[in-house]
This record gives sequence, C-alpha cells and structure tokens, in this order.
Amino acid sequence: MRTMEAENIIEMLHITKEFPGIIANDDITLQLRRGEIHALLGENGAGKSTLMSVLFGLYQPEKGIIKKNGQEVKINDPNDATALGIGMVHQHFKLIEVFTVLDNIILGAETTKMGFLQKKEARAKVEALSERYGLKVDLDARVEDITVGMQQRVEILKMLYRDNEILIFDEPTAVLTPQEIDELMATMKEFAKEGKSILFISHKLNEIMAVSDRVTVLRKGKYIGTVDAKDTDKQSLSNMMVGRPVQLEVTKTPAQPGEAVLEVRDLCVPSRGHKKNAVNHVSFQARAGEILCIAGIDGNGQTELVYGLTGLEKSSGGAVTLCGEDISHASIKHRGQNMSHIPEDRHKHGLVLDFTLEQNLVLQRFNEKQFQTHGFINRGAVREYAQRLIQQYDVRSGQGPVTTARSMSGGNQQKAIIAREVDREKPLIVAVQPTRGLDVGAIEYIHSQLVAERDRGRAVLLVSLELDEVMSLSDRILVMYEGEIVGELDPKQTTVQELGLYMAGAKRMDMTEKESEGA
Amino acid sequence: MNDQSRTLLQRDGTKTILASLISIVIGLAVGSVLVLAVGLSSDNLGLSSAWEGIRLIFLGLFSTGRNEAGALSWGFNPQSIGNMLFRATPLILTGLSVSVAFKTGLFNIGAPGQYLMGTLATLAIALGIPSTALPSPLIWLLAFLGGALAGALWGCIPGLVKAFLNINEVLACIMTNWIAANLVTWFFDATKVFQNTVENTKSSYIYKTAYGKTLVDGAWTYVDGNGVQTAKLGLDKIFPGSQVNAGILIAIVIAIGVYILMTKTTLGYQLKACGANRHAAHYAGINDKRNIVLSMAIAGALSGAGAALYWLAGNTEFFWKTYQSLPTAGFNGIPVALLAANHPIGVIFTGCFMSMLNIVGLQLTNLTAYNEYITDVIISVIVYLSAFSLLIKMLLNARKTNKPAAIVDSGPDSLPEEKAAAEDSAAKGGEQA
Repeated sequence: MRTMEAENIIEMLHITKEFPGIIANDDITLQLRRGEIHALLGENGAGKSTLMSVLFGLYQPEKGIIKKNGQEVKINDPNDATALGIGMVHQHFKLIEVFTVLDNIILGAETTKMGFLQKKEARAKVEALSERYGLKVDLDARVEDITVGMQQRVEILKMLYRDNEILIFDEPTAVLTPQEIDELMATMKEFAKEGKSILFISHKLNEIMAVSDRVTVLRKGKYIGTVDAKDTDKQSLSNMMVGRPVQLEVTKTPAQPGEAVLEVRDLCVPSRGHKKNAVNHVSFQARAGEILCIAGIDGNGQTELVYGLTGLEKSSGGAVTLCGEDISHASIKHRGQNMSHIPEDRHKHGLVLDFTLEQNLVLQRFNEKQFQTHGFINRGAVREYAQRLIQQYDVRSGQGPVTTARSMSGGNQQKAIIAREVDREKPLIVAVQPTRGLDVGAIEYIHSQLVAERDRGRAVLLVSLELDEVMSLSDRILVMYEGEIVGELDPKQTTVQELGLYMAGAKRMDMTEKESEGA
Repeated sequence: MNDQSRTLLQRDGTKTILASLISIVIGLAVGSVLVLAVGLSSDNLGLSSAWEGIRLIFLGLFSTGRNEAGALSWGFNPQSIGNMLFRATPLILTGLSVSVAFKTGLFNIGAPGQYLMGTLATLAIALGIPSTALPSPLIWLLAFLGGALAGALWGCIPGLVKAFLNINEVLACIMTNWIAANLVTWFFDATKVFQNTVENTKSSYIYKTAYGKTLVDGAWTYVDGNGVQTAKLGLDKIFPGSQVNAGILIAIVIAIGVYILMTKTTLGYQLKACGANRHAAHYAGINDKRNIVLSMAIAGALSGAGAALYWLAGNTEFFWKTYQSLPTAGFNGIPVALLAANHPIGVIFTGCFMSMLNIVGLQLTNLTAYNEYITDVIISVIVYLSAFSLLIKMLLNARKTNKPAAIVDSGPDSLPEEKAAAEDSAAKGGEQA
C-alpha cells in the first residue's frame, strides 16, 4: 500500500456514471502516476469528457471511488478539485472575453488585502510562471483580442497560478496550429519533468505517441485497456479505440483529372483585420475528378479564399469561373447551383444547432419543388429525404430526423453536413477542414466519401491544415502563404519536409510559369 | 424511437407551461402579500378586507359584486369576461408581434411605437373617409389594413437599420417609439379635425370611430353612429354589458395564422433559420438581410393590427397628447410573449390572462378600498418572472438530473455527445456484436 501511494497520485477506481437511459462511464479504472503524461484515448462519445468531469467534480459518479495519494477523496465541485491540486483546461475555454488576461488568471483565486485586490503580487507571480515555462502572454490584453493559442496559454497559466499538480488537458490541440501544438507538447513534457502529472485527452494518435508515457483507451463508455506508449503503435491504438481494424492510410487509385470545373484568376479578397488583401491575386484551376488541396498554416488566407469562392465574403478583384459561368459577383444561392460547401466552422455556418436534423438537411433545398408546395413545407418529403440520408451516410443520433442538431456528437454533426453537401450532387465540392476534431473512424469515413466523389467525376477543393491529410488525400497540392499561392506540389513526389518549407514561406515557386504550363 | 421523442417533446412543452404558471402564481402571491401588508398597516383596512382583496386577486374575474349582506358574491360575470376578451385583443396582437420577432432572433421592444403608428393610420382613415363615400365595412377594412401597414412600415425601420448598418434593433426600436409618440401628437395637433369637439366634457381626445364624417348643412361634422364599429357577431348577447366584439375572434385567427406561418411554411423556416443562426442561413444562400427586415415588418404589422382592432371597436377614444407616454398595450406584449414562451397559440391565453389582471384591478377599486395599482405590481412581478421563466424551466429540469450546474459548466457539447453516442451504442450494439 505504501508503495502504491508513492506511485499513483490519482486513482479513479470502478467509476460508473449514468445519465438517464445511458451509461456514459461503465466501471472505468484509471491510475495516474506521479510525473507521467497519461493519455486518455477514445472516439467522440467514448466517455472521456465525462470521466474527466467526474474527476474535476462536475459530475458525481453513481459507483466507484477516487483516491489521491492512496487516500479516498470526495470531489463535490470544482472547488474541491482545485483544493486537491487538480486543474483542467477545457476543450472550450472558460475565459471571460472582456476581462484582461491577468484578471482571468487570478479570477477566483485573487490575493486580497482587506478586501482590495493585490494585483501587483499576482502580476509578479504570473510573470514569473510565464517566464519559467515560456508561456508568452500579454497580461493586459483582453481575452477577446488574443489568439486561440494564447487563450490556451492563459488557461494553462490559470492552473499553474493555483499551484495545481495534476493537470487535465481536454483535447488541447484541436484548436491549435502545428507550431502551437509543438510548443504545447514541449511545455507538457517540461511539466512532467518537474513532477506534475498530466492527463491528456485526445484522439489524435500522432500526438499521443509523441508525448505520452501511458495510454488508457475507452470505447463506448467502457474501459478497454492501459498500455505503455513505447510498447504500442498507432495502428494497434486505433484498433483498440474503434474496436475493429481501421485504415489509417487513404486508399485511392490515381486521379484522372478532366476539364477545369473551377477557374480562379487573380482573385483578391480583402482582410477583415488589416488593410492588406487576405487573398492576394490568387489564380488556379480545379479539375473534375481530382482532389486539389490548399495547404498552409492557419491564417494564411485559406479561410478568406473559400469565403471569396463561395460568396460568404465579397471579392475585391479577379474573376471566378464555375462550370463556364462567371460567378465573381453572384449571390451565394446562385453559386450554390454548381457548388457545395463543407464549411470550416460547422457550428457557425454548417448547422442551425437549434433546428432538427431533418431541418438542417434541407438547409439549402427547402425551396425546391419536392420539399414545398405553394410555400408550405412538405413535411413528409423532408422526413423521407432525411431518413434516406441518415441511412445512406450512417448519421447517428438519438431520435433520428427529429434530433436537435445541438445534441448530436461532433462527428455525426459533420457527417450530416457531408451527407447534405455530397448529396446535392454539384460538380464542385469545397471542403474546408472536413475532419477537424473528429476521431479516426469518422475521418476514415469522410476521406472515403471525398475520394468516392472524386471518382464520380467531381472536383474536390480541399482546404486542410493537417499535413497527414494533405499528403494522403490530395492529388495535387497548392501551398498558400500570406495570401498567395507559393507552390504547386505533387504529393507523390514531395515530402512533408518540403511541404513544410513552402508553408513556412522559406521556399517559393514562380507561379506564373506554372500557370502557363497548366493552361 | 419516434414515440419516445414525442413524449419528450410533450414533456418539454409541459415544463414550459408549468414554468409560466409558476411565474403567474408567484406574481399573484406577491400581490396578495402586498394586499395583506397594506391591509394590516392601514387604519381603515383590516384583515377581513385584506382577505377580500386576496380573493379578488385570484378570482376577480368571477366576482359579481357584493350581496345584500355586504359580502363578496361570486359567479359568472359576463361583463368582466367580455371586457377581458376585449382588452386581450390588442395584447394578443402585440404579444404575437414580440414573439414573432423573438423567434427570428430579434427583440421587438418597438411594439409601442408600431402600435401608435397603427393608431394614427387607423384613426386617420376611419375618421378621414366621409361615411357616405364608401360602405362602412369597406372603411373598416381600409382602416384595419392601413393600421397594419403603418405598423409594418414603422417596424421596417429598426429592421433596415439592423440589417444594413448592424445597429442593435433595441436601440433603434426605443428611438422609433418616441419618434412615433411625438409624430402622432403632432399629427393630431396639426390636423385638428379629428379632435373631439362634440363631447366638450373631454379634452385632448380623438373621436371614437363610431362617429362618422358627415356633411351636415354644407359643413363636415362628426355624427355619432355614422362611423364604423367592429361587428359584435352576437358576442354582446353572450357577454351583455361588455365592450367585447369580433376583434377577439380576428386576433385568434391571426394567432393561428402566425402559428401556421412560423411552423409550416418555407418563409417561417427561413425566418427561424436566420434567427437561430444568421451565419448558417447566410451560408445556405438565404437572404438574411431581407429576412431581418421582413420579420420586423411582420412584427410591426401585428402591433399595428392590434391598435386597429382596439380603436375600431368604436367605443374607445384615443388621448392624442401622447408625446410623453407610450401605450402600455405595446410594452405588455413583451410579458405576454415571454409567458407564452413565444408560442403563438400560447399568446392567446397569456394575452387573456394579462387583461384579466386589468379586470381584477377594476374589481379591487370598485369593491374594496384598494385600488388598481396593486395589479400593476402584480403585472410587474410577472414581467420580471416571465424573464426568469427559462430559469424556472431549468430548475424544473434540474429535479431530474442531480446536478444542474454541471450541465451548464461542462460546455454545450460534452454531455449530449456522450449521451447520443451511448444511445447509438445501445441501438447498434446488437448488430455489432
């Protein structure tokens, strides 16, 4: 017993947590050793977040106990957790947007003297922490003005400020750029070296392999097993997670590109943030039967390029031709006649979260003849259509067509959007980060869908930040850097390293030449 | 699966109704406490009169005055009920106005202004057309449509400003309210002809619409009985002695129409999509700007129609020096809509409830030493509570799950995600095994 105490700082033993009608955690045991990075792996809805919420005092388990240093503890709310030295960075940050960074860090743990805030002391402490771990933040900036990466550093500093020794990271990399991910990994390792214990929730196998010491896998609320990271590999982890052999690589035949479906000439899109063009004289063609990927580090104009193409933002120059028709100034609806769009932000653009699944599935099509008569929605037809899509694309939800979109898991929300957009059967599919935040099973599915669409002769324009996805899925790669296309690469002939150089702006092709080649 | 969802929905609806009822009961209870406090602390009141007051607050609608022994008597009071229905008419329509805007993501605090502009147009048309020029039903119809149109145009202004300049509709609504109040006063001040000079006991009132513009001895004068009045359709026989007319039926029909519009039509679908997620609507090619303007126009038209139905009754008179005050019928649309959880059919009932409080106030004044201001307190408590009715609903939900705060804290995604997935696994488990 004595030795156990020294080894395991936190033990969650036989935790069972039920929600009405379902068991989110079914007899799960998790042992966190002192000074280790312990990954918690599982698909969306496997019960990872619930388990961590139990540890953080947000939920009370029906069965099971939690021990710290071998002593049984009761965690009734997050204050108890904090008192035990447990800190958590939530997937959706818990920051007050209009407060400054410093105010956010000290909120709830303020040092006061006779009821007055002692911000100077707090500032000194935060500055020291920030220096020590290289967590650069601007203490006086408002949270709403800083980048997502910096917001995360604020969340981490919050934990450090409270002297937490058990740090929970809930999907910390979902919102970060590749560089920020590297920094975060280094920071986590630093923490572990100092003896802090880290629980790291993720479904990204690369990161787990890179950073963690041990991995606990959950599937559908059940405990599958705990393995040492050094004794396993990505394939076996993903098999454990999904419960069947998963294909991590995309299988596809060589592309047979046909005619140009989309032609972009000198497109410029103004930036919202500054005066320069976010998209600066970009020209390219997307051809039928090919997956063209726009690669680049986040924030180099990819988002604005898609906005310019789909009409979400007005372009300030250049021409866009789709299926032989100039659509440079056409409305979104008009463009939609030949284009479907899997948007980057599924909650902002992709779905009306308070609508039902079936209402969301006809978001663009409700006005079509089959779904309405004289302005009255033809409910039967909508229901039938929704049921077909749900079945065909395996969209899972609690109550089928009448499920509120908000209550669906992220993966199934994305599947619903893919179903809707693919089923519109348009010659061009614009897919922006279609697999962001999804687990391997869903990613595998979405990739196969996009390849299938390509093989049916559609042009797929893929915008992705994930290098693996770029390399495995695309037939042709265009690299965007600071609003311009700086290179065109063949994924079969290039390497990740070379791609990285273009993305970082260290290498550049003369694109005018390339264009004339293509034409 | 389907049956299960239906019962869930029903349960949700039940909770909404329950939350509203709790708001109402708390409001009435606070009123009762007030009555009790006033009764006990006042010399000429006492416990017995306080008890009378409390009973009137809850049952004022069924009070029939006092019997020979001087005790309160109870029973079916057709006059009270008829008047309740009459006064509910404009409230139902302003309630619909606010709820339509709410459903499309807009807060229409501009109902009073739209109501005033509806008043202006209705009265100007009803009193401006000579009673011999057109058959009176046609004048009635024109005045009604004019009122609705004026409200719609007035509602468009905040809509346009919101859609194209991204200025918050609440600010624009408040400003247009006062512009309307001054515009209406100015109009009736400047035109003079509509000011009631026949009944010289009254100052600053406009003719009732029952007065018709008539040529007498070569001069235009207003003659009682020549004007327009909403048909009674026998309602005055059912509720003798009250002001009730067919307006309440029109209001109910409009409420059903709004319900159909919002739930069954493509237009309602678009409006709701814009309200629930303007970005997604925009992404889907729905003209979000047009829909914002349209939804404010519909809201305005409903408020304007409410004004039209109220003034076209023929027995109501408009105090035109309104530049310092806004009509309560407009503002009370907000609690009416909130209490009904923005459900168009629910608005019919909450509108009747709010006007019932009005009747209760009258009964208190008539039958006891209390005055109707008690009901103002009740209304204001309910207004506060109706804003909390969502909270009450949450508390009702919380009784099921053991920790409400956790659901709020853990972010919108985590719990339902787990839940949906687990349900999936339950459903799919058989196949996969």
